Amino acid sequence: MAKLYSKTTSQINLNPKKETLKFLLDYSKALHIVNCNNEKFKISIN
Amino acid sequence: MQKELTADAVLITNYIRGNEGALETLIIRHKQKIYSFIYSKVYNRDIAEDIFQDTFIKVINTLKMGNYNEEGKFIPWVMRIAHNLVIDHFRKNNRMPKFDNSGEFSIFSVLSDSSLNAEKQIIKSQVESDVRRLIDELPEDQKEVILMRMYNDMSFKEISDKTGVSINTALGRMRYALINMRKIIEKNNMVLTN
Repeated sequence: MAKLYSKTTSQINLNPKKETLKFLLDYSKALHIVNCNNEKFKISIN
Repeated sequence: MQKELTADAVLITNYIRGNEGALETLIIRHKQKIYSFIYSKVYNRDIAEDIFQDTFIKVINTLKMGNYNEEGKFIPWVMRIAHNLVIDHFRKNNRMPKFDNSGEFSIFSVLSDSSLNAEKQIIKSQVESDVRRLIDELPEDQKEVILMRMYNDMSFKEISDKTGVSINTALGRMRYALINMRKIIEKNNMVLTN
């Protein structure tokens, strides 16, 4: 029990899933910004 | 310390210039710190995952839109976004009834969720916002007809009465409004689907 309670959150190596990272990188690659009449439009190209 | 801040700034500049690899380096460098921070507040891996994802969607959108002011404070900025999303999560959670599914039978096995998920909601709101901005670009008379017909659900007879033009003119303005919107969409290869 002492071992369990001695581990704080900051000591545990917490990382997001690989799928989440892949989604973010794919989202970024697909996202394009288009300037049209001084307005910016977000376009997602799949 | 200073070296790392400078490196972040360089990566951000490279990313804004189109180097997608720079974003990957930034995420890998800071993912543990940000994810651990979120988890330390919500104590749920799935919720932490969602908030981490939403945090970086905001980061990506802001950087690509050119709305980020580099002051060597990338990490505090990202942590603030994450913190605000955690607060949003708890606010939303307090308003929603909770269902404790502790028995063997899962009610969710017979119920399907037909509502939009988080990703689709984001896409839907972005599409709606883009369409609204497209409408704002139209000439005033065409914009007026579109808003009355599509947003106020008025008939062409009602539009005709309200604007003091004939039904045919109102129909014509609607037609030209749609043609002009299509032109802008095609010209810029815009995708407005969910």
